[in-house]
Amino acid sequence: MSDTDTTRSKAPGAEIDAAGARELYRRMRLIRTFEDTVQSQFQKGNVHGTTHLYSGQEASGVGVCSMLRDGDKVAATYRGHGHSIAHGVSPQKLMDEMLGRATGACGGRAGSMNVVDQENGLIGCFGIVGGSIGAATGAALSQKLLGTGNVAVAFFGDGTSNQAYFHESLNWAQIEKLPVVFVCENNLYMEFTPIENVTAGAIGSRPLAMGIHYQQVDGNDVFAVREAAGEAIEHARSGAGPAFLETMTYRFVGHSRSDPGKYRKPGELDEWKKRDPLILGRRALEERYGIDPGRCDQIDAEVAKELEEIVERGLASPFPDPESDGKEFKDA
Amino acid sequence: MPENETLEYRVAIREAIAAEMERDETVVFFGEDVAIAGGVFAVTPGLYERFGDRVIDTPISELAMSAGAFGAAVTGLRPIFEIMFADFLLLAMDSLVNQAAKYWYVSNEQASCPLVVRSAMGAGGNFGAMHSQSPLPWLQGVPGLKVVAPATAGDAKALLRQSIRDDNPVAFLEHKRLYSVKDPVDANAPEVLPLGEAAVVREGTDVTLVSISKGVRDCLRAADELSEKGVSAEVVDVRSLRPLDTGTILASVAKTNRVVVVEEGPLVGGWGANALGIIAAEGLHDLDDAWVVACPETPIPYSPTLEDAYMPAEGKIVREVENRLCLAAEIATGV
Repeated sequence: MSDTDTTRSKAPGAEIDAAGARELYRRMRLIRTFEDTVQSQFQKGNVHGTTHLYSGQEASGVGVCSMLRDGDKVAATYRGHGHSIAHGVSPQKLMDEMLGRATGACGGRAGSMNVVDQENGLIGCFGIVGGSIGAATGAALSQKLLGTGNVAVAFFGDGTSNQAYFHESLNWAQIEKLPVVFVCENNLYMEFTPIENVTAGAIGSRPLAMGIHYQQVDGNDVFAVREAAGEAIEHARSGAGPAFLETMTYRFVGHSRSDPGKYRKPGELDEWKKRDPLILGRRALEERYGIDPGRCDQIDAEVAKELEEIVERGLASPFPDPESDGKEFKDA
Repeated sequence: MPENETLEYRVAIREAIAAEMERDETVVFFGEDVAIAGGVFAVTPGLYERFGDRVIDTPISELAMSAGAFGAAVTGLRPIFEIMFADFLLLAMDSLVNQAAKYWYVSNEQASCPLVVRSAMGAGGNFGAMHSQSPLPWLQGVPGLKVVAPATAGDAKALLRQSIRDDNPVAFLEHKRLYSVKDPVDANAPEVLPLGEAAVVREGTDVTLVSISKGVRDCLRAADELSEKGVSAEVVDVRSLRPLDTGTILASVAKTNRVVVVEEGPLVGGWGANALGIIAAEGLHDLDDAWVVACPETPIPYSPTLEDAYMPAEGKIVREVENRLCLAAEIATGV
């Protein structure tokens, strides 16, 4: 992992003013509080099935998505709440979806792992590991052939580097010079298993072997992610082919709601919590922009209130009506 | 017959793709060896020369192809992709089943997924167990995925054109023993045929033979033979397994009171047994007899003697119909 200062790229557009920097922090806090709320609502029996929380990895999704343009496409994973919010999905609609309500982003049909928000360019969250990579590669094929000037981004985890989707899609994307950015969020664990136990060689050596533009970045530093993502996105948008960004991060919660995380090395979680994206964000806001930590406290309080209201509205929303459920096919 | 009055099945497929690519610039086509080489079954020569970068040779990456088609379909293109042998569809199934087929419904109808996967299926060419299967029942049980398999060149052209225009994912299966058949061209045939409509391709009164793809042609030959033996067989080409036009089948059964479903594949878990279940549930009182002519419950063998015996060819259909109808006649007359 590199420090922010040494991984800085010269990507255009990564500079950001104080208001923008505050927004990055707010977005990360929104995701964290959203995930905490999903967890508590799960425990109360209001969120069903299972959940995979993004807590601890916020800087990766927020940093990358903050560099995207209107029309750019995002494909995410079953750990997709953070990517969804980072790319502009309404937290109210997302929460309503978690609660299984008709007002949800997908009317309650999708749930936690399969959210789609076409209007905001979220082509989908994919419940099966690797799906995002193939889907984003296809979306990039569209962007190239339709000449939109847009890119597609695939978010996925380190464990995905051993999936067929990964190898097949990276190769095809590079052969066709598709405008796709592969963002591997390396949180060190494939579900419950340390990634090095199940992965031969470095993940980065795989895109590099195919001649794909590759960069590794501190995935807990939203400003570092922004700069690296800016460079990766610019590379893809320019027509030079895909780019691969590996964001080194750590999840603060279990793989899914049933996982207490007993496989973690002693002290590991505590060490990473010192590098919480929100702590690093606050520090950067103060050091670079002179933003008083009190202002961040204020943002935290605003977001907490926002989530309380979101849940209240969500719980008051109707469940979908089985009588009016849809059909398998779109009619002609 | 003059050359211009018949259409070869493989040419019908090619012409359908070309016509839709001409008609709609968002239609693209990709697959292994399909562009410069023109496809291993020589179905697509000339398309690359005509449509350039909209016709793409892919790596041997069925999953990436399938997911690429999905991602492209939900972001503005209408991709057609070719899986060389239908047996290889298994490599593409995650995206086809979990992404493409579910998208319209699970997204709460935000966007549809207009893709077509074309694939060569079927036995009879001594290709062995991994290049001869018919994946129809594997696909039929997937809500959100249309499954089409034409029996004639004319149907192939019109159904493929409609499949490309359809807003839903369509699996379009081409029996590899049909590629070289030539069918008469009907100058008045419609440009497209709706998906999910069966056709009564031969009228009869004693028994209904139901099949799809190459099986329909086997049934028509069997009906010819049965006719010489005094049995009048009606033949229904279902053309599509999802949606399945049960109305046309039930109407025919109501007329003939006997139904035989002919399926190239095992009986257990097959689409034929499923069709029989639907017929029984909805038309039991019209039925005097109902069964499936299917294949042995084994992988498909290589040796010509074994593979020939495996296939539900017209001889087998004729024998079974004869046996069951004669048996019924014997019981009725007390012989």
